[in-house]
Amino acid sequence: MTQPPPPIASLNLDELATPPLSLAKMAWLRFRRHKMALVGMVILAFLVLYCIGGALIYSEKYANFNETSIHLQPPSLAHPFGTDTIGRDILARTIYGGQISLMIGLTAVLLELTIGIVVGALSGYFGGWLDNLLMRFTEAILIIPQIFLLLVMAKFFAGDIPDISFLGREFSGSVVVIVVIIGLTSWPYLARIVRAEFLSIKENEFILAARAIGTPTSEIIFLHILPNSIAPIVVSATLGIANAITLEAYISFLGLGVRPPTATWGNMLEGAYNYIESAYWMWLFPGLLILLIVLAINFIGDGLRDALDPRSRTV
Amino acid sequence: MTRYIIRRILQGIPLVFLVSLVLFIMMQNMGDPLATMGGRSVTRKEDRARLSRQLGLDQPVLVQYFYWLVGNDFVKIDIDGDGTPETYGTRKGVLRGDFGTSLVAREPAMEVILSRLPNTLILMLTSEFVVIFGALLIGVYSALKQYSLLDNIVTTFSFVGYSMPIFFLALSLMYIFAVNFKRWGLPYLPTVGMYDPQVGDTPAQVLIHMVLPVVTIAVNSFSAYSRYIRSTMLEALGQDYIRTARAKGLPKREIVFIHALKNASLPIVTIVGLDLPFLLGGALVTERIFAWPGMGRLFIDHVSRGDTPVVMGIMVLIAISVVVFQILTDIVYAWLDPRIRYS
Amino acid sequence: METHKLIEVKDLETQFHTPEGIVYAVNGISFFVHEGETLAVVGESGCGKSVTMLSFLRLIPTPPGEIVSGQALYREKDLLRISEDEMEHIRGKEIAMIFQDPMTSLNPVLTIGRQITEPLHTHLGLNKAEARDRAIKLLLDVGIPDAARRLNDYPHQFSGGMRQRVMIAMALACAPSLLIADEPTTALDVTIQAQIIELVAHIRQHMNMAVIWITHDLGVVAGMADRVMVMYAGFVVEEAHVEELYDNPRHPYTHALLSALPRVDRRRDSRLKSIPGAPPNLLVKPHGCPFAPRCEHTIERCGNENPPLQKVAPEHFAACWVDVRTGAPK
Repeated sequence: MTQPPPPIASLNLDELATPPLSLAKMAWLRFRRHKMALVGMVILAFLVLYCIGGALIYSEKYANFNETSIHLQPPSLAHPFGTDTIGRDILARTIYGGQISLMIGLTAVLLELTIGIVVGALSGYFGGWLDNLLMRFTEAILIIPQIFLLLVMAKFFAGDIPDISFLGREFSGSVVVIVVIIGLTSWPYLARIVRAEFLSIKENEFILAARAIGTPTSEIIFLHILPNSIAPIVVSATLGIANAITLEAYISFLGLGVRPPTATWGNMLEGAYNYIESAYWMWLFPGLLILLIVLAINFIGDGLRDALDPRSRTV
Repeated sequence: MTRYIIRRILQGIPLVFLVSLVLFIMMQNMGDPLATMGGRSVTRKEDRARLSRQLGLDQPVLVQYFYWLVGNDFVKIDIDGDGTPETYGTRKGVLRGDFGTSLVAREPAMEVILSRLPNTLILMLTSEFVVIFGALLIGVYSALKQYSLLDNIVTTFSFVGYSMPIFFLALSLMYIFAVNFKRWGLPYLPTVGMYDPQVGDTPAQVLIHMVLPVVTIAVNSFSAYSRYIRSTMLEALGQDYIRTARAKGLPKREIVFIHALKNASLPIVTIVGLDLPFLLGGALVTERIFAWPGMGRLFIDHVSRGDTPVVMGIMVLIAISVVVFQILTDIVYAWLDPRIRYS
Repeated sequence: METHKLIEVKDLETQFHTPEGIVYAVNGISFFVHEGETLAVVGESGCGKSVTMLSFLRLIPTPPGEIVSGQALYREKDLLRISEDEMEHIRGKEIAMIFQDPMTSLNPVLTIGRQITEPLHTHLGLNKAEARDRAIKLLLDVGIPDAARRLNDYPHQFSGGMRQRVMIAMALACAPSLLIADEPTTALDVTIQAQIIELVAHIRQHMNMAVIWITHDLGVVAGMADRVMVMYAGFVVEEAHVEELYDNPRHPYTHALLSALPRVDRRRDSRLKSIPGAPPNLLVKPHGCPFAPRCEHTIERCGNENPPLQKVAPEHFAACWVDVRTGAPK
């Protein structure tokens, strides 16, 4: 017998100048270099701290406490952000309003993710008539600008909604309505992204291989394809939070959103334009906070997009 | 191509029907239309019942939708409430161009809408014009001078502009350019309406009243588009064919404005085409804040009063324009990109 | 053949500034091309062949690229020192270039008629009708039938081979004195490759044009080149006339490349030799011979000093501390 032929090219890890990094590590390295994304993280951390830490200083009772004798006071030591039309402390209200706004953003996106992923996955994986049906449905929702849909739906659900208590706090039931309608109208874009990912990934050989050895469909969808399409989902979920917060603010600003006394950054602005001249603090602080959080999340989303882009494999 | 367009139109029609049906059903829960309509005068029970029968509100919702769609001038309705239908309806239905009568204005809904439409279009088209040209200018410039000071400033500001909630921007602009400019004795901009009633509806008046609303509507899209154009332009500039063009010794302006921009502008066409009807969303808030008598404000006012004919009219109009713009976008895209041939 | 030097590049050094560090792509290389001569530049991908050519045409994107030093004398003008305006008059008119991938090198949204006539308008000042006539002639010259009609077609309507012919027609538009062909056949089918090589060889003779032919395939070189320059890791490691190089390779790398070629005169059961190891990491400036880690003749000196290009025979240069014929240090 002859000697086995030598390997055509030998390559061991030592010869590589940089050992291969895991995807997550590489993504983090790239994300870290994205200065704006880091700024976004810092702003977001600050705002979360503001909403949670602030609650330790001001009680919710104080935030909803009205004293008409001190209404529309400009910022002062006692009321750093001033007081509103019925004498509530705006600083305290931005703290509790922020909690609600953040919660609305997060839960609406959870709903959006659930519907979007299910619709997109079914559509992309099974194709055929199901795909056709779901995509026509998606298109039908996209045919009306979201804000119009939201206003009609907000009005539709606006009957007498009981207050709800959650974690020992009382909320206006309209919070739930807003979450539901934002979630129900936001998913079509996500569904399209997921569908496109599924369409391209399911053609890969490893999916064929998995199918060939009899892997159950649900396992293929959730364990093989979904993890591989996680990058665009993470990015659009992140941006979705900013979008949901903005939408809540729009609806509340237009008077169809979350009802007082529950504060959100959006409903604090309702009617504030009547005080554009006389009481700038009414709209400046909540507006600024909305801008800051949306900006921070958009920065982070942009950083994630770059960091998770599978096309760029360089650090 | 013609067959493709026809197919797209045929696909679009059921979508509009589906959306209109869902919205119509939702509109049924919008409060008491009779209260909207008559105010205090319709308090007597028998009056209410008669009005309700006259408007067809006593019918099941699907029947109401059917009448809304095709009219009821071919069926007899029971107006006097004696159980036997005796009078023919008067509505012709949306399919024959009759959107019903506004409950608030007591005028044909479409007339109400069309009287507001030009006011919205003038805002939107001006904004879109500013957005596209401004964004092209800035986007191309920052792509060419990537990482320059101006590019960095533009990139940062476009992020802020893109994240800016429209109401906050509007309020800030008002506060600075109207309230404070007035306070400082500077020439200030008006904030309310389309013209000063004491001066009248002159072009100059409309123009000056437009400034703040147009800026407000434009900032979001402007920021998004300039960022987008910058990135498609950068991508185009990195392509092999640009290297080829440079190797041919072509002058720089030809490389940038013909070889790169023609490729870079393709995806922008899609975005602009699809976004255009959605600018109405921004117009909604803007018109409300600046008391601009457009379609957006009409919508808000009438949705909260449950005026189904007007609200549905606006929605159908928007849905149709979205479908039309989608098809137009495809046509323009195919015309610009020789690689696309629809079959 | 004339012996006048058309272009002479001296000590060219090009680097790229990347987030990982500086990539030393071209490390002080010198070469020349006579008028009407064909020089083949051979080496593995990433050895700096293309970057060298793009450098003296000033087509390197800067940043991240930077031409650190060197001269490129073309007819007494230093291409690295003249203004961008002057350079535009040389690119496409005096020196033309064709690229590896004809699929991406043509602008997809412009007709090929437009793309061919552009340099005619810019450099020769032809009017529309003249340019069109010349474009038709050029397309016919490179073997595209029905040229007049095809001027209005877009690149995607051509096959790969046809697109490369269009690229060649475009490069020849202003009858340049030097054509740089950057692996123009790599992206094409084997049968088409031969046609394109044939076409360039034919045109070159016809127009008395100098050609720099970049390739990673020594087999392609034999039939068409006058001289061959072998590059490794941004250095020139050997340079000689083509027969001399084939018969008497003096650098272990050239040696290895030649042994890796399939040959009809070899026994069927003999194995093709491969070069062990991977191409060097250009992020690190080598302090010895860059080829030493993969070389079978390595001596101690190789790890410490990078050998300069030395004359080993008349018009034959190699950069090696060892005489590959004997394996002994020089």
